[in-house]
Amino acid sequence: MKYEPVLGLEVHAELLTRSKMFCGCEVVDSIAAKPNRYICPVCTGQPGALPVLNQKAVELAVRVGLALGCEIHTESIFARKNYFYPDLPKGYQISQYDQPLATNGTIQIETEAGIKDVRIRRVHLEEDTGKLSHADSHSFIDYNRSGVPLLEIVTEPDLRSPEEVKSYATRLHAILRYLDVNSGDMEKGVIRFEANVSVREEGSQHFNTRTEIKNLNSFRALTQGTEYEIKRQTEIYRTGGTVEQETLGFNEATGKTYSQRGKESAHDYRYFPEPDLPPLVVEKSWIDSIRASLPELPEAKTRRFVEQYELKAQEARLLTSEKALADYFESVVENSKSSPRAVSSWIAGEFMRNINDLNLDVTNIPVPAEDLAKVIDMVTDKTISGNSGKFVLAELFRNGGKPEEIVKEKNLAQVSDEGFIQEIITKILNENPREVEQYLAGKETILQWLMGQVARATKGKADPTIAHELLIQHLSKLKQ
Amino acid sequence: MDAHELSIQQAHELLLSRKISSEELTGAYLARIQQLDAQINSYVTVSEELAKKQARDADQRLKRGEGITPLTGIPYSAKDSLSTRSVRTTCSSKILENYKPFYDCTAIQKLNSAGTVLLGKTNMDEFGMGSSTENSGFFTTRNPWDFDHVPGGSSGGSAAAVAAGLGLFSLGEDTGGSVRMPASFCGVTGLKTTYGRVSRYGLIPLVSSFDTIGPMARSVYDVALVLEAIAGHDPKDSTSRVEPIQQYSRALKKTENLRGLRIGIPREYFVEGLDPEVDSSLRTAIQQIESLGAEIVEVSLPHTQYAIPVYYLILFAEASSNLAKYDGVRYGLSERDVNSVLDLYLKTRESGFGAETKRRIMLGTFALSAGYYDAYYLKAQKVRTLIRQDFQKAFETCDALITPVAPTTAFKIGEKITNPLDMYLSDVHVVAVNLAGIPALSVPCGISKGLPIGMQVMGPHLSEETLLRIGHMYQRQTHWHTKHPPVWGDSP
Repeated sequence: MKYEPVLGLEVHAELLTRSKMFCGCEVVDSIAAKPNRYICPVCTGQPGALPVLNQKAVELAVRVGLALGCEIHTESIFARKNYFYPDLPKGYQISQYDQPLATNGTIQIETEAGIKDVRIRRVHLEEDTGKLSHADSHSFIDYNRSGVPLLEIVTEPDLRSPEEVKSYATRLHAILRYLDVNSGDMEKGVIRFEANVSVREEGSQHFNTRTEIKNLNSFRALTQGTEYEIKRQTEIYRTGGTVEQETLGFNEATGKTYSQRGKESAHDYRYFPEPDLPPLVVEKSWIDSIRASLPELPEAKTRRFVEQYELKAQEARLLTSEKALADYFESVVENSKSSPRAVSSWIAGEFMRNINDLNLDVTNIPVPAEDLAKVIDMVTDKTISGNSGKFVLAELFRNGGKPEEIVKEKNLAQVSDEGFIQEIITKILNENPREVEQYLAGKETILQWLMGQVARATKGKADPTIAHELLIQHLSKLKQ
Repeated sequence: MDAHELSIQQAHELLLSRKISSEELTGAYLARIQQLDAQINSYVTVSEELAKKQARDADQRLKRGEGITPLTGIPYSAKDSLSTRSVRTTCSSKILENYKPFYDCTAIQKLNSAGTVLLGKTNMDEFGMGSSTENSGFFTTRNPWDFDHVPGGSSGGSAAAVAAGLGLFSLGEDTGGSVRMPASFCGVTGLKTTYGRVSRYGLIPLVSSFDTIGPMARSVYDVALVLEAIAGHDPKDSTSRVEPIQQYSRALKKTENLRGLRIGIPREYFVEGLDPEVDSSLRTAIQQIESLGAEIVEVSLPHTQYAIPVYYLILFAEASSNLAKYDGVRYGLSERDVNSVLDLYLKTRESGFGAETKRRIMLGTFALSAGYYDAYYLKAQKVRTLIRQDFQKAFETCDALITPVAPTTAFKIGEKITNPLDMYLSDVHVVAVNLAGIPALSVPCGISKGLPIGMQVMGPHLSEETLLRIGHMYQRQTHWHTKHPPVWGDSP
């Protein structure tokens, strides 16, 4: 019997606002900042403190909702999610429940299996919790992160493989970066995943019992965690067992999921409307103006790249995977005389190899676009060989500098370097006035002799065609 | 005239003309508290040092003649659910017994900038849960009129302090009658403000949807002076009203009669269970108001009988959530002989909360649980809408409504404490106002067997000025608000 996995994803993304969701405290890098320095009565849950909604967070949430093709609700409700945990200072989290800000969107993904629309069930706003750490039988709480705006984006159970899960997560990650609503810095925990996993007989329309894996904080963990869980559940069904509904953790070291809470100890969050905040009203005109300010998104950009630059879809998709990369590509094209396809293949090939080798991020590219354009152009016009081009680019990545200088320094110029040959020709003509005069007087054979001089000066690397052409040009100028 | 006999306006005039300093006035009140409060138990904390400092600051202001307001140098008290920076704020709960906030609530901040003098914090039912102050985690406040009786609740300490002359006014807090009921029981004037008229920022919540801060004083005019100082929009409270505030005291000075006002008498408030003397005092008061020019009509608020269950259901639910933050982690009581986080929660909350508080947390947790939400919380909210509509309908034809505040005068200490349901029912005339979010004034209108009777004047949202005018005109015609408990004459 064949089994198929059914997966849904909940994504928590921190919003890039200056201040927190319900107070004026600054949002800081929660790893770098000293603990408990960016706190106030509101975000530490002092008695009597009240939340005031951050408009910027709403704006960013609307941006995401619109970008995902969601319906934005002009009225939505904040709700209290009640549970006890030391990182939750009020004893409840302010979130949204039965009336979220945005619903019914889609994200298009592509895997080996083809292109597919993943339905987005809801997008809502909530506040982050503080951070707990443990050492020597003590626990410490840092409330710097408490109250940081979070966006929760929930899919329908539309995903059917870990590849699809990864593709969805990557796509969403790119969209959030495009919209400039999230730093995308996964290592700092600004995007966190929870996966709902169940397995059923292939062809069945029935949903089996699902488990929820929490704390999947990287694409790798997401893939590994869901793969492991699918195998685990499949194995249970194969051996005639039943899957228990439970909340799971994921151990990155072992690559395995483990039980955190069973069904009987599942939380009852006792949601009810947050009385300290009136309903969130988003004016239609504001939604329209946010819509008008949306940037071009990956899908549209991919289509444009295919049309405008005559790229293959696959190339275009790679370039648009990150806004920074797409922008870089366009900047190189603008600075280059070479074809966009040539630029694309350089970026997809050598450029990405360097990025990966050096473990760099495309948001922080050390090589200016005009320098890469120069390298590509030098190869295109045969100033340097393809291999030399790769060498120059690697140099630029590692030691910086200017492409022309590197070519000069390392003596990489092909004889096809017109400037270089030009220079040598001028020198030779200046040093041999008598021969030039003879030539001008009609002694054609001198041309061969002068060619010999050029070859000697370039240590035999001179491209005779170019050298010949340039020599004739020069001599004919002298004739006039 | 002794210091404690002054009205705010009289004290203000003496301060302005420098016949008395705020330091002297404050000293007299502190001495009176020292002498009398051991019997009454209205204060949980007396902030003597702060009061003396604020009095000196006020005297400086008065001397310089800068930034003087009608409340500059005036000594007052505040219910212990209003956060006061560096002054213990306990909500009369053991769980906050040693809690000192590091910020002032907005109402206190506004009084600070007006130059008032905080004498201390007054006793209450724990977190506002009660109608007698018997649920205080520390001690029961006694009614200054008769020490065997309760002062009402939950702002019982505030009402008793004002009635006994232990402060010129007090800031109370009304969630379901907690300003009006004790005002009525102690024979003082108290205003439950429109929801959102006074900022809740820094008010330790019982029911976020109902809580309102309101002044308690010895006359409507004094109440108006305090309201002017504390009302207004606050960007820190998203539920606060943006409408500009009125100059209430000026409006009172201009009022000559109540002509043109139509006042409704809701028949559902004058039914079985109403003490006959309360009933007859109210009827006399209504006649007097009619004689001041108001038109009196009978109206109906048909959903009144549902107010108590609806009110308590919503209270239990919201309170169970509002009290979750007292977990022993950041402030307040923290039991340290524990072996896990859960153990910390359980032991701290077990020893920190009183019986009534625990009862309400459990009821609220139950009412919000999966599978019960629709039957309880949601249904209560729907009926709340019906009750609100009752009032809207009545206010289409009336400017105000008059009812008793409580069905009886102050009951005896111990009389209802063993029967929570009986205690809940004493709120029958006051809670609907909180469900509707409207303002209501409580003014003394009689005395029965040595205990005061109160009249409630309700009005539509933001009708404080109308209510104060009605109360003020009534007090100009009557003397009930000038009656004092036996303890009044005792001076230090």
